Amino acid sequence: MSETPLLDELEKGPFPSFVKEIKKTAELHEKAEKEVPVMAKGVLKQVETSFRDKITHWKHGGIVAVRGYGGGVIGRYSDLAEEIPEVAHFHTVRVNQPSGWFYTSKALREICDIWERRGSGLTNFHGSTGDMVLLGTFTEQLQPLRDELAELDTPFDIGGSGGDFRTPSCCVGPARCEFACYDTLEACYQITTEFQNELHRPMFPYKFKIKFAGCPNDCVASIARSDFAVIGTWKDDIKIDSAAVKEYAGQIDIQAEVVDLCPTGCMSWDGSTLSIDNANCVRCMHCINKMPKALAPGDERGATILIGGKAPMLEGAILGWLFVPFMEMEPPYDEIKDMVAELWEWWDEYGKFRERIGETIWRLGMSEALRVAGVDAVPQHVQEPRNNPFMYFAKDELVHSDIVKEFEKRGLKLKGEAGEED
Amino acid sequence: MVDLDQRLNDWKEFIAKRKEKDYFSDFGPPHYANFLPPVIKKNYGKWKYHEILKCGVLKHVAENGDAIYSVRAASPRLLSIYTLREFCDLADKYCDGFLRFTSRNNVEFLITDESNIDPLINDLKAMGFPVGGTHDATAGKYALSNMVHTQGWVHCHTPAIDASGIVKAVMDELFEYFEEMKLPALCRLALACCANMCGAVHASDISIVGIHRTPPLVDDDGVRRMCELPTTVASCPNAAIKAKPKEKTVEVNVEKCMFCGNCYTMCPGMPLFDPENDGAAIMVGGKLSNARHLPTLSKVVVPWIPNEPPRWPGVVDVVKKILETWASEARKHERLIEWAERIGWEKFFEKTGLEFTQHLIDDYRVTPYQYTSYRATTQFRW
Repeated sequence: MSETPLLDELEKGPFPSFVKEIKKTAELHEKAEKEVPVMAKGVLKQVETSFRDKITHWKHGGIVAVRGYGGGVIGRYSDLAEEIPEVAHFHTVRVNQPSGWFYTSKALREICDIWERRGSGLTNFHGSTGDMVLLGTFTEQLQPLRDELAELDTPFDIGGSGGDFRTPSCCVGPARCEFACYDTLEACYQITTEFQNELHRPMFPYKFKIKFAGCPNDCVASIARSDFAVIGTWKDDIKIDSAAVKEYAGQIDIQAEVVDLCPTGCMSWDGSTLSIDNANCVRCMHCINKMPKALAPGDERGATILIGGKAPMLEGAILGWLFVPFMEMEPPYDEIKDMVAELWEWWDEYGKFRERIGETIWRLGMSEALRVAGVDAVPQHVQEPRNNPFMYFAKDELVHSDIVKEFEKRGLKLKGEAGEED
Repeated sequence: MVDLDQRLNDWKEFIAKRKEKDYFSDFGPPHYANFLPPVIKKNYGKWKYHEILKCGVLKHVAENGDAIYSVRAASPRLLSIYTLREFCDLADKYCDGFLRFTSRNNVEFLITDESNIDPLINDLKAMGFPVGGTHDATAGKYALSNMVHTQGWVHCHTPAIDASGIVKAVMDELFEYFEEMKLPALCRLALACCANMCGAVHASDISIVGIHRTPPLVDDDGVRRMCELPTTVASCPNAAIKAKPKEKTVEVNVEKCMFCGNCYTMCPGMPLFDPENDGAAIMVGGKLSNARHLPTLSKVVVPWIPNEPPRWPGVVDVVKKILETWASEARKHERLIEWAERIGWEKFFEKTGLEFTQHLIDDYRVTPYQYTSYRATTQFRW
């Protein structure tokens, strides 16, 4: 009789099975040289129990960390520790992944070797934020594990957690995609490295995520899953290779599948020539996705920045709001670094505990965030102008009337007046 | 022209400098140029186009005619180091040791010799890692890619449902759509085991989210030992938690609670688990790409399905029904939200056979972000 009758059901079927992965680890880890028990065996018992009870058996983490770091390790304990001592501790270590999730077999093997000795041998490739996740180890293994990862030929550092700058991630970008409008891999690398202190030492009201997408297809979900989304775009005309368009005309119905699906109707096709009214193009990517040999983003490339994207916790989900229509994206990315630092300072000052920057902006107003970042208000910031007239006016926008003078006389300070916050 | 060797040298110098400190820390991720195959280094930023050779195999061609082939295999995301070592063996055998992972947790092998593609696919299949999950936008044929998901009962302390188990059951049932490109448009699946939504549930075509349905049952002793009263009280978006300073605990106005679990995240003394009442809500119609339709948040279409381990037949049936109704009705390139808006939501419920209930009418009044006129897309005119 199997000890895991419920989990065994998930070994069946054609899709790769996480149960097989855990069982395989339990079996092979037994024979390995290691500093920990066969934790995967404990995971099987614990998850089987959850499947039976329909409830988690993991407890709140508490503080576990490695020397010099405040984040990157997620503390986890079993509430069944007496029955399943193999997973009494089951801390997770987030390891900062390389840009674009590229690896060599050599680097991966070295990590596997360390994790075989110092932990459960279970991993996630990758976690939701983008880190490589080493899933489950004991407290006393954390420091040696970190040190051994740091001693590798290509050293690996740990990632973010808690109220800090979370590990950024990026799409495959110019490494293997013709749509990339800027170098997502280098931007991600440089900005991660620039803000190591903020990444490793939680000091913000809550988490802050940056994701780098090379084009508006947004393969890293930056608009929904990051507080600060950097999405590639271009300002000039879509490049057209007319000969290649003609080739596509033999394979697909250009009128029905390209022209008619353009969201602004800015394309036309007369059976031999494709024309685009670029002034009316909103760079949605549909036509370029459809005909990658024939169409390409223009040459004047950079990124659009959107701010505030987040999941529903707590005050509802936000898709990132347009913040900077166009930013040049060339190393060393000083403009973006400065802007992020300024926004952090403001959010750190005014954000409430566990309030994401999008929620702070909603509470205090987009105009305030634009002012902090030094961005001028432009029509691109809105889908349409506001539909209510309850606007704030600063004193210098008012006529210096008798009424205004009366406010001065009574010592009542109007918005934007000296003495007012900021 | 990007000089990756120069960047790599800069990185080495940076590492050497950090190593001079007493404690080698804060050195960041290894530079990606350490891990790029030569053909990518040579053609970095110079790719011209791509095509799909067959489901799971992409060919990217550079301006100079060089090509790289990516073979994409499914992964349960939770991987054993022993499987990773086998992936490494395959990478050594067929790809000079180069491989990568995708944003949807697939593994991709990066091949330069086209004749290695089929042997690699066969080896992967023999290992139990089928190849697929790609789409051919030109042909208008789309496969289902891997389901983005969270930890569930494998590692999380706040879940209302499991993650890996449901994903496995759903992907098994929809497997034909992973292996073959036969959907009319992209369809992104996601699962999050609670409302924190570590998975991209709030902007996916079809998604599953774990919900609690009962308020926290206050563990007074736990609150006393482990919690700060002010942060626990402040954690509630509905102001349903009141401090009882004398007893050093809190009480919950259970009528106001909408079961988000934020208080439990702040305070272990506020558990809100109920195995019989926790379960899954189904959301649809979210998207985050800017192609055609604007990026859009997912909408709840099924309020609750109970936890049914080990294979969650209720959840699987609903997901399959929605997917197949959409797939049979939608036009080429028409994602779920585009289809639902074209036919109207009334017809969405009629065609899918899902029941519309009062739970699907929004009554969470805390924040009206969805009514904001802020622009939430990269679609705009200069």
